[in-house]
Amino acid sequence: MIKIDNIDKWYDDFHVLKSCSLEVERGEVIVICGPSGSGKSTLIKCVNALEPVDSGRIVVEETDVTAKGTKLPLVRARIGMVFQHFELFPHKTVIENLMMGQIKVLNRSRDEARRKAESLLERVGLSDQADKYPSALSGGQQQRVAIARALAMDPIAMCFDEPTSALDPEMISEVLDVMVELAREGMTMMVVTHEMGFARKVARRVVFMDQGEVKEVAATETFFNNPETDRAKEFLSKILAH
Amino acid sequence: MNYNWNWSVLFQEPYLGWLFSGLQWTLLVAIAAWVIAFVLGSAIGILRTVPNRLVRTLAAAYVELFRNIPLLVQLFIWYFVVPELLPEELGLWVKRDMPNPEYVTAVVALGAYTAARVAEQVRSGIQTIRKDLVNAGLAIGLTPLQTYLYIRLPISYRIIVPPLTSEFLTIFKNSSLALTIGVLELTAQARQIENYTFQGFEAFTAATVLYLVITLLVVLLMRLIDQKTRIPGSVGAN
Ligand SMILES: Nc1ncnc2c1ncn2[C@@H]1O[C@H](COP(=O)(O)OP(=O)(O)OP(=O)(O)O)[C@@H](O)[C@H]1O
Ligand SMILES: [Mg+2]
Repeated sequence: MIKIDNIDKWYDDFHVLKSCSLEVERGEVIVICGPSGSGKSTLIKCVNALEPVDSGRIVVEETDVTAKGTKLPLVRARIGMVFQHFELFPHKTVIENLMMGQIKVLNRSRDEARRKAESLLERVGLSDQADKYPSALSGGQQQRVAIARALAMDPIAMCFDEPTSALDPEMISEVLDVMVELAREGMTMMVVTHEMGFARKVARRVVFMDQGEVKEVAATETFFNNPETDRAKEFLSKILAH
Repeated sequence: MNYNWNWSVLFQEPYLGWLFSGLQWTLLVAIAAWVIAFVLGSAIGILRTVPNRLVRTLAAAYVELFRNIPLLVQLFIWYFVVPELLPEELGLWVKRDMPNPEYVTAVVALGAYTAARVAEQVRSGIQTIRKDLVNAGLAIGLTPLQTYLYIRLPISYRIIVPPLTSEFLTIFKNSSLALTIGVLELTAQARQIENYTFQGFEAFTAATVLYLVITLLVVLLMRLIDQKTRIPGSVGAN
């Protein structure tokens, strides 16, 4: 469903992604991990063309995201994106955050958008927060709103970039629970995270990135029990140490 | 000092009428110039943030040009030089037939100058918005233009209400320069009253009080706008 084919990307003279390839099947959950600066965020942003690539191709369900002339807004609307720092629209209430894309991009009526938003807020357990502004919510609540906002667009896949790393420890599980449920329902997901418990629970495969390269792609248990590369071993021992 | 105070002169005709006529012109110059400054300044501020490099450079050039030449010089250039540079027909029309040329010139000059300052505020407001917040807008499928309409501008304008207030106040003060090309605004009228009555202290006191009243009203208005539009949870919000 998502096919990343040999992409390269530079920031000026810094080679941030080096011949990266990866395929994600429909309904698959893939966890991407690796040391800081290894290019995980960049890779995931390339998937919905928030960052352009310099060479290679990314195809999402028949649509070449990297081709010139692709209608990017429509491609992006079909891929949900959840950011480390939530990125809710601060001048809009929670429910308006969920309605904006539905109205402006999918051309749904306000009523239809509101109904959809309400049902998604219920699903993430935040019905009672609909009319508050994002700043009034805790981090965990904001991130659940962000997930609901992405789901409001009826995405065919979801990308998460360290969705829990800005959260206080006691709020991590309320976000992970929503993500686990989503995975169990069969959502295609690419998740950058260092939550190895989450990976073990729902990821079919784990991708290990290092210095801009996809170093290892392995079935989850294989990766944890028998990492191939020394870099992955080293990384795992650091991550699992705490 | 041997000065004959005579406050009553302020309440005699024609002087009272002059004061109010001056006040009226001050308001007309400042408010019309502000409309130009706000619209043009917003456009230029936005253009300073677009991806296209040439557009950004041109917008930056405008700001540097208009911000760095003294306003008085600009006023004279608009009044004495620009009509000569216009295509012949238009130039003739401006010099001979344009109604109220001093007023129009003052408004254009003050508007173009203040636009450069407004543009800087708008640009800095837009640039304080995190890249990933814009990305979040793009990720739900908004076009770059829509991210300006629904995210970047609504947030920026709320942030920059305070600095825009001070630009708005400055435009009232700067409008007094219009007297140099013959607009009979408040300061000019105060001077005229002095010439006729030799009651300069009274006349300029009256002008000062009227400027203060304008300032107060502007501050109150902008504070109201600030309270109405402020993003909950932002600095200073309740
Ligand atoms: N806009 C940019 N311009 C220049 N360099 C950048 C830019 N964005 C990222 N980089 C660099 O690219 C490298 C990869 O960044 P990226 O954010 O993809 O890493 P990451 O694996 O997500 O790291 P982290 O775990 O810290 O989030 C980093 O060294 C970063 O400094
Ligand atoms: Mg990152």
